[in-house]
Amino acid sequence: MARFVIRRLLQSAVVLLGVTLVVFLLLQLVPGDPVRVALGTRFDPQTYEALRARAGLDQPLVAQYFDYLRRALTGDLGVSFRSGRPVTAIVLERLPATLSLAVTAVVFAMAIAFPLGIVSAIRSGSLVDHAARVFSQFGVSVPDFWMGIMGILLFSGVLGWLPPSGYVALTEDPGRWASHVALPAATVGLVTASILTRFIRSSMLEVLSEDYVRTAEAKGLRTRVVVLRHVLRNALIPVVTVVAVQLASLLGGVIVIEVLFAWPGIGRLTYDAVAARDYPVLQGAVLLVAALFLLVNLLVDILYARLDPRITVK
Amino acid sequence: MSERTINREGQLRRALAALRRDPLALTGSLVLAVLVVVGVGGSWLAPSGINEVNVDQMLQPPSWAHPFGTDELGRDVLSRVMVAARVSLQVGLVSVGIALVVGVTLGLFAGYYRGWLDNVLMRCMDVLFAFPVLLLAVAIVAVLGPGLSTAMVAIGVVYTPIFARVTRAGVLSVREQVFVRAAVSVGASDLRIMRRHVLPNIAAPLIVQTSLSLAFAILSEAALSFLGLGVQPPDPAWGRMLFDGRGFVTDAWWLGFFPGAAIFLTVLAFNLVGDALRDVLDPRQLTVSEARRSTA
Repeated sequence: MARFVIRRLLQSAVVLLGVTLVVFLLLQLVPGDPVRVALGTRFDPQTYEALRARAGLDQPLVAQYFDYLRRALTGDLGVSFRSGRPVTAIVLERLPATLSLAVTAVVFAMAIAFPLGIVSAIRSGSLVDHAARVFSQFGVSVPDFWMGIMGILLFSGVLGWLPPSGYVALTEDPGRWASHVALPAATVGLVTASILTRFIRSSMLEVLSEDYVRTAEAKGLRTRVVVLRHVLRNALIPVVTVVAVQLASLLGGVIVIEVLFAWPGIGRLTYDAVAARDYPVLQGAVLLVAALFLLVNLLVDILYARLDPRITVK
Repeated sequence: MSERTINREGQLRRALAALRRDPLALTGSLVLAVLVVVGVGGSWLAPSGINEVNVDQMLQPPSWAHPFGTDELGRDVLSRVMVAARVSLQVGLVSVGIALVVGVTLGLFAGYYRGWLDNVLMRCMDVLFAFPVLLLAVAIVAVLGPGLSTAMVAIGVVYTPIFARVTRAGVLSVREQVFVRAAVSVGASDLRIMRRHVLPNIAAPLIVQTSLSLAFAILSEAALSFLGLGVQPPDPAWGRMLFDGRGFVTDAWWLGFFPGAAIFLTVLAFNLVGDALRDVLDPRQLTVSEARRSTA
């Protein structure tokens, strides 16, 4: 187990190094001088020079990268071209909003997917199973932002139950936070639920065909006991991975939903940075999300290996 | 005719027969056929000009004259949805084409030569996998500048790793087969072996992956256009039309409904066909949900 963990840690470190290189090179892809592009036609030459020097753009490329890497390791992701504030602080400020949306969406998705996936597998071929399959096909094909717009139309426009957009911090007013998070979380959560339902169903079906399940049934155990004690425990091991990967992708993948619902998270920050050509903020947001994505994947692999020791042997 | 050619033709016949037998796949194929016709002939088939401004007809609900209604400039939404089909198809085909060519080439070399080349190439793919798809696409378009071409390149780049991985996995099993070793022993060059013996035998999972990736590429393009990073106005794109329509969502539902429904139907059609192809050609490959997860 220890060797497996060390190997995965080293692999993740190598990939993270590659991620920093890609993020660093993003700025080099900007046609022309990124600071001049960001500042537009009217700018103060002193600000221009200061920003260029602060971003290290007056150094050779290799020196720039190692400087970027050194600073990134100490938590310094540069300063915003627009506000002059440290990028790390700007990005971290937005993290709670994104986290609260992503976690709520995943909880919502699990509340739908677990019962639906389990019943669909146990009653394979039934009406519930067909409904679950239609639901999951719908979920993987529907654009979440379209569903969001239709949600705003129905729940804000027609019924007037929920606010169409905006954000209130959970710590400020839990009730108003819940009313604001409901629509975006349900929008993202329904898509996630369809993916999870399909995965839970197939994982359950696989375990249901195992010899030990047949043995349990042959012993005369009640279906509920077989499902709870033998099937569910084994079928849910791979589902842990999917849930975590979904959560990780939501941390960086809800740009469109955050823009649609004016949710001030990392996605919205990325969008604003693109619009303002604030490249250091864009780099910082992308780097943080990729690092979080890697971290979650690493933790999931370790958890998975703990739940199923065969993984480390493989 | 060689035995392998017969097998490949048999595989293709089985795939087509399966598509015909499966009502869902058949429906998906029909939707795609309609989409291709609309995409190719959209400008001629559309009842009105896509940029024909008519201030007397602003925000009109669906009617016989305008079945999908009109937008805030009085333009016919149906005509714009029809012409935008071409954009979605074009982006899907070109971006998946880029991902296919680059990914398959990298996967072929990695799987065939293994060793350090395999390690370097696959770690590069791992790095690209570390970014959520849309975030990386947004970042690439942001630095290269918004537009149709950059959107296609960005989507192509983010979908390359999945093709590289699928190809490499296939090559690793095929390269140990007797016919590959026989080709090596008669002195065939590596390139010839890869082209004539390896590639045709890993075509099935690649066809399936292409079909599924087309669906996700169209979704990604719609998202980029929604963020204003894809097709630029006044040219129509489904995602852009949704973005423009969101400001009128409570007053003019049709502005958001029809372009979104077009994206949904197109993606659903590709997914249905992709699923059916997978069941016939490569039953062990990822399901749609898993593919989406691995590329999300």
